Amino acid sequence: MARRVSNRRKTLVTIVAWAVGIAIFFPILWTILTSFKTEAEAIASPPTFVLFDWTMENYSEVNSRSNYFLHFMNSVIISVGSTLLGLAIAIPAAWSMAFVPGKRTKDVLMWMLSTKMLPPVGVLIPIYLLFRDTGLLDTRLGLVIVLTLINLPIIVWMLFTYFKEIPGEILEAARMDGAGLWEEVVYVLTPMAVPGIASTLLLNIILAWNEAFWTLNLTAAKAAPLTAFIASYSSPEGLFYAKLSAASTLAIAPILVLGWFSQKQLVRGLTFGAVK
Amino acid sequence: MATAHSRIAARFMISPAVLLLLGWMIVPLSMTIYFSFLSYNLLMPGMEEFIGFTNYRFFLTDPAFFAALGNTLLLVGGVLVITIVGGTALALLLDQPFWGQGIVRILVIAPFFVMPTVSALVWKNMFMNPVNGLFAHLAKGLGLEPFDFLAHAPLASIILIVAWQWLPFATLILLTALQSLDQEQLEASEMDGANFGNRFIYIVLPHMARAITVVILIQTIFLLSVFAEILVTTNGGPGYASTNITYLVYAQSLLQFDVGGGSAGGIVAVILANIVAVFLMRMIGRNLEA
Repeated sequence: MARRVSNRRKTLVTIVAWAVGIAIFFPILWTILTSFKTEAEAIASPPTFVLFDWTMENYSEVNSRSNYFLHFMNSVIISVGSTLLGLAIAIPAAWSMAFVPGKRTKDVLMWMLSTKMLPPVGVLIPIYLLFRDTGLLDTRLGLVIVLTLINLPIIVWMLFTYFKEIPGEILEAARMDGAGLWEEVVYVLTPMAVPGIASTLLLNIILAWNEAFWTLNLTAAKAAPLTAFIASYSSPEGLFYAKLSAASTLAIAPILVLGWFSQKQLVRGLTFGAVK
Repeated sequence: MATAHSRIAARFMISPAVLLLLGWMIVPLSMTIYFSFLSYNLLMPGMEEFIGFTNYRFFLTDPAFFAALGNTLLLVGGVLVITIVGGTALALLLDQPFWGQGIVRILVIAPFFVMPTVSALVWKNMFMNPVNGLFAHLAKGLGLEPFDFLAHAPLASIILIVAWQWLPFATLILLTALQSLDQEQLEASEMDGANFGNRFIYIVLPHMARAITVVILIQTIFLLSVFAEILVTTNGGPGYASTNITYLVYAQSLLQFDVGGGSAGGIVAVILANIVAVFLMRMIGRNLEA
């Protein structure tokens, strides 16, 4: 039976919870609001909240200052590319570990996880020099390779925890009914695996989109995704708050939307199944 | 039943992932180890020579190293305290019934999805700037002198920014753990006369202990490598006031081109991270058997 809660108490909790929620969200809200102000309005004292002349000017400005679309596309290509490549490598691996576990499956999984614990700065110099010598510096391909490798352990682990939940008896039942290997994979396993694969895809795109160590160190003007492009605003140039806000809003909006869809998977993916 | 045939197929399916990760770990890491024993500066190509542990001696006796080590510990510790305490409080709050739960949850989780460079620059310019920042406006409104956060308290400011980014993560995981708590047990203890404090200490906290440990370990792994937030706000300064180990290695190798010294620092960072990793791996490994 659910615990009965007095209305007064519920009202009180509602007020406190909303106040805390809005306070935590406020920096994002403020960024979105500022992106619709003029530069002068953005630094007005006292600051204005909603009662200002809304303008779209900054959004067109952001694109004329630099090729915003290029950096946006770099982000899309790098995050989606590295995720798809990672899935292509990880799905067979996770699949076989979940359905044909061997004596060393657990060791392999733990070892894969340990590669994720390697601080990136420990391999920064060799990767930088290798990329310089092979012409991969400041290319999308180079970043796709690096991000695939750094996120591969998370992808394998997430898929593994999803695949493990598919009961083996179902396969046996299908086999009893005369299903061949092909029918087994296409009609039984795939439909059950799709939700897990989709969640993994979503979470990994988010992680890759926001990755900011390798993208800052391995790119310059050409292949810079949004993380690196936004960093160029760290040296101020006249009035730039409204433009910074517009560029930031555009950079975080797609991921905020994706992120809201993947709340549940976030816990599972980032704790490697230790908390569900 | 797994047949010999399917075992061979399974091994074949795992091998690409294993080989790639093996290459990613062994090749660059052994190069870093090799470089760390060389006198190697990118500005003087062809002058590399073997110098034994000299790079390590210089790196580990450099005052910058002690500053960076201290800052790393403060940054990791500070963010952990804020996110664990705040996250527990928030999880307890969000676990109560109230109107608009779904929306408030979304608001609280949102900062986790903001890329590090954006959150650092937004905080730096629009909140912490001593002239035009919102905090400065607030201080002036209250008749106080605006405070230049990043100049006078650079590390504390970065801790605040990073804690804001990680608070949602801690909250979400602790909330998930809290929701799996047996309600009947709570009610029984309430009937037996346990007050909120007692229930929290003897029932809720032990139940959440495991999730809290996981949050601490995972955040530590990520927090040891905080980089972008420092790069776009303070560049590690003033002096070494906000330089952590990751930033120090970056500065030494890619700004001063001292590959040998930077590599020695990189290996030191790897060893530090491994100390944490051992504990985390044990936690996760135990769960795998259950």
